[in-house]
Amino acid sequence: MSFPELAWSILPKLLEGMVVTLELTIIAITMGALLGIPIALGRVYGSKLIYIFCTFFVEIFRGTPLLTQLFILYFGLPSVGVMLSPFTAAVIGMGLNSAAYQAEYFRGAIQSVKEEQLIAAYSLGMKQVQAIRYVVLPQMLRLVIPSWSNELIYLLKYTSMAYMIQAPEIISQGRLISSRNFRTFEVFIVITVIYLVVVLILSKFLDLMESKFRIPGL
Amino acid sequence: MPKTVLKVENLHKSYGNLEVLKGISFQVRQGETTVIIGSSGTGKSTLLTCINQITPPDKGRIWLEDIEITDPKTDLNMVRSSIGMVFQHFNLFTHLNALDNVRLGLTVVKKISPERATEIGIEKLKLVGLEDKLHSYPAELSGGQQQRVSIARALAMSPKLILFDEPTSALDPELIGEVLNVMIELAKSGMTMIVVSHEMGFARAVANDIIFMENGVIVEEGTPEAMFNYCKNPRTREFLHKITELYGGKKE
Repeated sequence: MSFPELAWSILPKLLEGMVVTLELTIIAITMGALLGIPIALGRVYGSKLIYIFCTFFVEIFRGTPLLTQLFILYFGLPSVGVMLSPFTAAVIGMGLNSAAYQAEYFRGAIQSVKEEQLIAAYSLGMKQVQAIRYVVLPQMLRLVIPSWSNELIYLLKYTSMAYMIQAPEIISQGRLISSRNFRTFEVFIVITVIYLVVVLILSKFLDLMESKFRIPGL
Repeated sequence: MPKTVLKVENLHKSYGNLEVLKGISFQVRQGETTVIIGSSGTGKSTLLTCINQITPPDKGRIWLEDIEITDPKTDLNMVRSSIGMVFQHFNLFTHLNALDNVRLGLTVVKKISPERATEIGIEKLKLVGLEDKLHSYPAELSGGQQQRVSIARALAMSPKLILFDEPTSALDPELIGEVLNVMIELAKSGMTMIVVSHEMGFARAVANDIIFMENGVIVEEGTPEAMFNYCKNPRTREFLHKITELYGGKKE
């Protein structure tokens, strides 16, 4: 079978895997953002106790390999009676891991919102929550887009780790196919191209977002 | 005699060992403009931020009309919403256009309906001559225009008092006039204002009172007439002479 014929024949299975990869990525990045923003706010504005808790979370999940986190969730938890499906374990692991990284990106962006913006908000009589909601967050979310784009693209590729706990993402599909036809080289060339195409589309989309939300004149 | 809008009594503030304010007392009556002068580092800006408690003072009391601002039980956010603040570097919200900058305090703090806030916003921006810039963002405006938006933002809250912290010192010389003209109109319309500024032309035109500060104390205080012609303290005379030469304001 020639390479184009082979590529064409395995494409449906690989795309099925890519769908799972994208599902993992989207759920994990969303979970990461929903956790990451409060964690970042906690580290910047929180009380001592909240600061310690949030910092602890970030250091744990940033300071240990994603693979060990996934293994603990998937192979470790059953020993205490918690059974997770490969997909669920992968989503939780990557979501928490991404939350730690995103918290740091968000924290950096919050801290680069100028102090004078807050002073202006307080001078109008805003409470701290209002100043954060109406002044800090809208500026922070714009500032974070470039580093957040990086995180999304990283995460898309990191989901390949889910292969190690048998989540049916694209690498798993590739291994399955190549274990039957022994054409590992060609199969993984096709997988590489699929990843690349998806990443290029994503980064184009993120560029569009960045210019759509750009503040005029800045 | 008009009622007292702001009363400051024996205000002290230190940063570490540096005592910035060493017992400041003064009053501002309704509709009056007080101009505060003095060389940099004498605590003029600190005095303004102590008034709206952005910088909490160490000692001393402040009243806004009948409310004691320095009373811990006072709702600070409520007090701040009735004291306007205009900053040296404008501090406009960079992510909002001119109209939304003016509207934000109205909708968030005063809980005014968005429609009404828009009307007030347009009205105030018209007042400062920016009705054609409603939808421009701060970064698209000149310094003078930004400062006028920030005056409109302060005005929209219907404050009892507006504090101006060196409102023209970050502006190019040719943009100072447009801001000062707005401020002169405001003063004439009866707004109560405290202005830290060395624009002596402005002081001569509208100030009821000039306060000269040095090293954290008020050295001398008086009407422009008295300060320019009969001031007692040699430091005041020297300083006034210097800034009149630099910033103008001699009688034509």
